[in-house]
Formats: sequence, C-alpha cells, structure tokens
Amino acid sequence: MRGMEWFGALASAALVAVLYVALLVAPEAVGEGAVQRILYIHAPSAFAAYGCIFVAAGASAVYLWKRSPAADRLAASAAEVGVLMCTFVLVTGSIWGRARWNAWWTPDPRLTLMLILWAIYVSYVLLRAFGGDDEEIAPYAAVVAIAGVLAIPAIRVSSRLMRGIHPSVIAPRDGGTGLADPYMRLALWGGAVAMLLVAAWLVTVRTRLERVEREVRAVRRAADAAEGVV
Amino acid sequence: MSAPALDARGIWRDFSGHPVLRGVDLTVEAGETVVLLGPNGAGKSTLLRILALLLRPRAGEIRIGGHDAGRERAEAVRRVGYLGHESGCYPDLSARENLAFYADLFGVADAVHTDELLAWTGLADAERRPLRACSRGMVQRVALARALLHRPALVLLDEPFTGLDPAATEALDARLRALRREGAAALITVHDVARAASLGTRVLILHAGRLAWTSGGAVADPAALAETYRAVTAGRG
Amino acid sequence: MRAVLAIVRKDLLIEWRTRETVVTTAVLGILLVTVLAVAHDPTPAAAPALVAPVVWAAVVFTGLLGVERGFLLEREQDCLGGLRGAPIDPTALYVAKLLVNVLLLSVTQAVVVPLTGLFLRVDLWHAVPSLVVVLFLGTVGFAAVATLFAFVTVRLRTRQVMLPLLVLPLLMPLLIAAVKATEAVLGPGLGTARDAVGVLVSFDVIFVTAGLLLFPAIIRD
Repeated sequence: MRGMEWFGALASAALVAVLYVALLVAPEAVGEGAVQRILYIHAPSAFAAYGCIFVAAGASAVYLWKRSPAADRLAASAAEVGVLMCTFVLVTGSIWGRARWNAWWTPDPRLTLMLILWAIYVSYVLLRAFGGDDEEIAPYAAVVAIAGVLAIPAIRVSSRLMRGIHPSVIAPRDGGTGLADPYMRLALWGGAVAMLLVAAWLVTVRTRLERVEREVRAVRRAADAAEGVV
Repeated sequence: MSAPALDARGIWRDFSGHPVLRGVDLTVEAGETVVLLGPNGAGKSTLLRILALLLRPRAGEIRIGGHDAGRERAEAVRRVGYLGHESGCYPDLSARENLAFYADLFGVADAVHTDELLAWTGLADAERRPLRACSRGMVQRVALARALLHRPALVLLDEPFTGLDPAATEALDARLRALRREGAAALITVHDVARAASLGTRVLILHAGRLAWTSGGAVADPAALAETYRAVTAGRG
Repeated sequence: MRAVLAIVRKDLLIEWRTRETVVTTAVLGILLVTVLAVAHDPTPAAAPALVAPVVWAAVVFTGLLGVERGFLLEREQDCLGGLRGAPIDPTALYVAKLLVNVLLLSVTQAVVVPLTGLFLRVDLWHAVPSLVVVLFLGTVGFAAVATLFAFVTVRLRTRQVMLPLLVLPLLMPLLIAAVKATEAVLGPGLGTARDAVGVLVSFDVIFVTAGLLLFPAIIRD
C-alpha cells in the first residue's frame, strides 16, 4: 500500500496548498465578498466530477466489450466518487447562490447539467445497490453509465433553452474570463488539479475496496448455498 | 464421419460464486437419445440451458453439428431445439398463433410440417383459445412442437415428462421415438430411473457438477440402473 | 428485418387480445389530465400555458407504465429464451419493442392530447400537423430510452421504482425541449423553436443508436 499512501499524501498536500492560495493569497473579488472563494472548490469539483463520469462511462464500455471484472469495479467506484463530486458542486453552488443572490437554486445551465448528471449517477449507484448480484447487474449498470455521458450534449443545449427570469447568473468563471488576478487563476486551476488528484485517489482506493467487498459477498453467498440457505 | 450433433467439452459454470458444473464433457451423435439422470441441484437444468446456448459457461467449448457456438452462433442455434421447465409459448396466444410466430422467426417455410405438428398438439381447431386456457399436458405438447418446429438436429428436453398424464406421456414417448427414427439427436433429463432405462440409447448420471457415470450403450436392466444410481449419488461428491 | 416484423405482429396480436396496455395507459392518462388540468382550474388566460406541461407529464407517466409490459410478457414462460434461441439478430428484438411502444404510446396520446385541449379549453386543431410531429419526435426519444431500461429493470423486484428512477434524469433534456417545442407549436409556430427541435432530433438519433448498440450487449447472457 506504499504507493497509495504517497498518492494520498500528494493529493492532500495539493488540496491544502490550493486552499491556502484560495483562502489567503488570492485577492478578494471586487464586490463579491468572501463567499466568492467558494468558487475554488466549486469549479474544481465540477472538473473532477466530469473526470469521474467519463472514467465511469469509459470503464463501463470496456466492461461491455471485454467483460472484465476490473473494468466493472473501476466503473462502479468512479461513478460513486463522481456522485460525491457532483454533490460538492451542487452544495457549494447553492451556498454561493444563497449568499450572493439570496436564492438557494439558480437556473444556471451548468448547474442544471450538474444536477441532472448527479441524478443519473445516483440512479447508477442505486441500481447497483438494489440490483442483486454484482456480476448480474454489471452490464445493466454499465448501460446507465454510458447513457449518462451520451445525454450530456442534449442536457447542455436544453438547459440553455430554459431561460429563467435571472440573467446569466454566474459570470463566466472557468476558462479565464472574469479572473484577472494571477493568484485567482492559480487557485482555480491548481484547485482543478488538486481535486482531480483527490478524486483519482478516492477512486483507486474505492476500486480496491470494491474488490475485497465483492469477494466477501461471494464467499458469504457460497457459504449460505453450501448450508442450504438460499 | 460427420460431426456429432453435440460436442461439449470442459463446461464450467458457477452460481453465486460456487461451482455448479465442474468440467463436463459430453458428446451426442445423430440418432442417439441420451438420458441424463441426477439428483436435484446437480446442475442438469443449468447444463441443458448452457447446451441450448441460452447461458454462457465460465469455460468450455460447444460445437453443434460441427459449428462452434462462439464463432458461428446463428448456425449453431438453428440446429438446436430446447424445451425447459417453462413452455416458451405466449399464454395469451393460441397454439396455432404461437407456432406461426416461431415458424416466422425461424424462417420455416414448410407449412405442411407446421400443420402436422399443430395437428399433433390436438389444438389445431382451437383457433382462438389462448394457451392460458389449456391444460398443462396440452401446453407441453405445444411447447414441444415449438421446439421441434425448425427440425433441429439436436433436441434438448428438460424433464419433459413431469406433470403429464398417461395419454400425454404416451404421445411424448411416440414423438421421441419418431425423432430417433428421423436421425435427430436428443438429450433428455428425467427424474424417473425406470423411464431412463426404457427411453435412452445411453444413460448418464450427473452428480455434484460432474458426469459421475455413463452407461456404455442401452441399459438392459432398470433395477441395476437404479442400484448404480443410488451408489453413485450417495456421497456428496 | 423479418424478425422485427414477426415480433411486432406478435406483440400487437397479444395487445389486441388482451387490450391491457392501451386501456390501462389511456385510463391513467385521462386521470392525470383531469387532475392536472381540472384541479388546477386555471383562468382562461393562464390555461394555454398549461397545455404543453400537462401533455408531456401525461406522456411520460403513461409511457413508463406502457413500456414495462413489453418485456414483462417475454418473461412469462421464458419466452425470452425462445427468442434468444432463434437465429435472429438481438437488435431485432429492441427495434421491434421500440416500434410497438411508439405505436401504443401514440394511441394513448391520441386520447390524452385532445382531452387536454378540451379540459383547458384551448383549441388544438390548428396546430395538429406540427403537434403530431413534435409528439412523434418526443415519443421516439422517450421510447428509445424507456425500452432499453425497461429491459434493464424487468428482472428486478423493485422495477416499478427503478424504471422511473433510471429513466427520468436521462429524459430531462428531451422533456425540456419537447415542452418548449410544443409551446412554440401552440403559439408563434414551430419555426421559432429550432433549437428545441434540434435537441429532439439529435436526442432521438443518439439514443436510438445507443439502444441498437447497447441492447445486444445486455441480452447476451
């Protein structure tokens, strides 16, 4: 587990470094107040969320093609961590919205996309949880993960169709516009890297854990079967 | 020397993590009627489903009439007729409608053959009567007709005699003998040792996931077979 | 192709015999529209805005009910085994079920949509051709996703909860676009909703293709 410990340490260090820059070094955005700093968790989490989602979908596709149990375990873990990341995005987005515009939810297309993706991958997790035998439900879960990614273009376009009363609420953030100060950009992009590292570490740990969990479940089932309990 | 109707090697299958079939090798030649005996839970139904290409084994190769099931699935599937515990027929449709559907699906052009099978089921006249409203024996006949409709070279039947009255049993017996005459190969699982002796050109016993015993040829003495069965299935394997 | 027609014919024959799906979904649709439209009791000015959401809510809920039956009937008596044992392309089964679902859903819509117009006292006649187009596009996309996931969930004890759970988030973009397009059809005209129609068409293409590619992978074993 040596490698994993280094990895975990690295991810934590990156996160701490980013938080330092984000909270202390980067200047406060004009007119927005301290809450704006939540952007440095919000946007990077979105980055990591997409990373996880694409990994989950990719691993699912590999699973459907090769029926490799390792691919399936990776998909399952990535989807779970993806849900976690999406939750961060939604919660931080909500807090920011409440502080800035006094609204717990804003119909920002990007946030809508994240909400729908959250729902899709939550349903993936639920399907795995209630779908019975791991091996049996795997191809079906894989379909969900892949469908989720396929829906992204449609969700993006259709979210923009929903013009609410709010003007384009969250000013363009990632991509550089709106963030003049180099420390702000550092916090943002550094944050993206840090979150990706954290997500990658979580996924790796979770994948290994999944392997052990499945073996335990299999042994349990075999024991039950041997005793005549179904 | 043409390929055997069925050639299966090294069939392994697990269920919930523990092995149900542990390396089964099985060959059936044209014109043979092989009977498979075994206690409940031995894996007979699982084996038959795998041979019918409806279930994937963890390992093993299956060739049907020389065609490899992995590489030439359509060709292999075409040559198999399978009847499991359930009829595979739609309860809301009549016998005629069910057979017409499967004939369509398999591309069976021979209307005479289809009509003949339909007549055999005894339900030719019940044009609109859904199978739901028919007795088990009649449904079983329709199910068998469905399995035989496309003239498969290999017929797989899982406990076909269960729940049949004497008349239906007799009809099934006759049908199986006709099949043998026509040169089709059959692999049948039964529960009843006596029936196994009378039915088969060869008898196999499946126990704890392996083929524990095989008769060389036809079984002359049912009593001896019963004794052998008891002996073979005594241990837990 | 022959297999697709055979399965479609068989499914329609069964439906004709039992009339299960069409009747239950139509009744559900009527109830839904009644609750949504009548109970809301909108003013004549507000009513037209309700038509699109009510119609699509009804399409979704009746659709969810309707697609389940398609694979449920194959599970009885292991008919799915009968189908898999036939030398047919697995995609034929998906295509056949998709076609049947679109057809049956359209029948239900033919009842529910006029009824919505009636209850909300909105004249839908003038918009019929465009309305039919939008309904069709939306139904195809709905059926593409719902048919695939109906197969996924049919084996689960919790199917009645899992199907909507899995399908509704994926359908959000389709529904948003469909409602926008329907509003346009009933108002300034379909030309103003080009984006929405674009979403509908591309959703249909993406998910029918996805269904065709993914279905064989999950029917394998």
